[in-house]
Amino acid sequence: MNEKAHIRTPLARVRGHGAAKSGTGHFWHQRVTAVANIPLTIAAVIILITLLGRNQAAAAQILGSPAIAIIMLLFIASITTHMRIGMAAIIEDYVHDDNAKLILLMANTFFTIAVGLASAFGILKLSFGV
Amino acid sequence: MITMAETKAPAARPLSPHLQIYRPMLTMMMSIAHRITGFGLYFGTLLLAWWVISASGPNGYARFEAFAGSWIGRLILFGYTWALIHHMLGGIRHLIWDSGRGLGPIERERLAAANLIGSIAITLILWAIGLLAMGGSQ
Ligand code: HEM
Repeated sequence: MNEKAHIRTPLARVRGHGAAKSGTGHFWHQRVTAVANIPLTIAAVIILITLLGRNQAAAAQILGSPAIAIIMLLFIASITTHMRIGMAAIIEDYVHDDNAKLILLMANTFFTIAVGLASAFGILKLSFGV
Repeated sequence: MITMAETKAPAARPLSPHLQIYRPMLTMMMSIAHRITGFGLYFGTLLLAWWVISASGPNGYARFEAFAGSWIGRLILFGYTWALIHHMLGGIRHLIWDSGRGLGPIERERLAAANLIGSIAITLILWAIGLLAMGGSQ
């Protein structure tokens, strides 16, 4: 192709043509959430351990307290974003039928948002005590 | 000069071998394990959702605790702990690679071994702490 005859850059011509039909956005967000996941997972595991052996009232009070609730909400947001991108990569790698791929990618989005919002709702309910 | 039309037989280029041709290597197993643990963790978030939602009432929490304390519940949670720690360490390994480090033949073997040994050790330590915490305050 004659480069001079085109006003579009080479990047613009390849953009959107990978299996994901998107650019490097997934790659980058996967890395950002992977980095965020490390301290958040460690924090969530410590929180879980401190709750073991406590009764429901105590567990609810601790989980709903502002600092803990905010950490848990960040953990939920980060892992659900991360796992949506990760599962999309798995689907793009193994599912080659366009219709099946589309349906699975949609199901992936629905599942991750539903689990994320349900978990966030659970935490907020404890915080606001309704 | 040889043109395309004059070349008779196709050049004997090596074919790319498929997965089962390779001798299984630790680095390869760890790569597969990262994907499988990510896949398992994905569905395991349902347990996280159940746990935090159940915490708002004593009956729901008792149901969750009955599941978590059953042998099948314990087995799933033990597997989940290992998958989480293994995937986290594997993720750190990926991030080290992304920085351009740890890709040499010796380093990558060491990282793979550290990933496996580390994940098993940390999982056992966490469960020891967890079981003590549960025994201690009951
Ligand atoms: C704890 C810290 C975590 C770190 C550092 C981390 C890191 C990573 C990285 C770097 C990748 C990309 C691997 C690649 O390029 O092939 C990845 C993939 C993935 N992660 Fe995580 N992750 C973490 C936690 C989680 C959690 C909690 C979940 C699910 C709830 C999860 C689900 C996935 C999935 C489904 C994939 C796709 C697997 C693949 O493409 O082979 N990750 N993770």
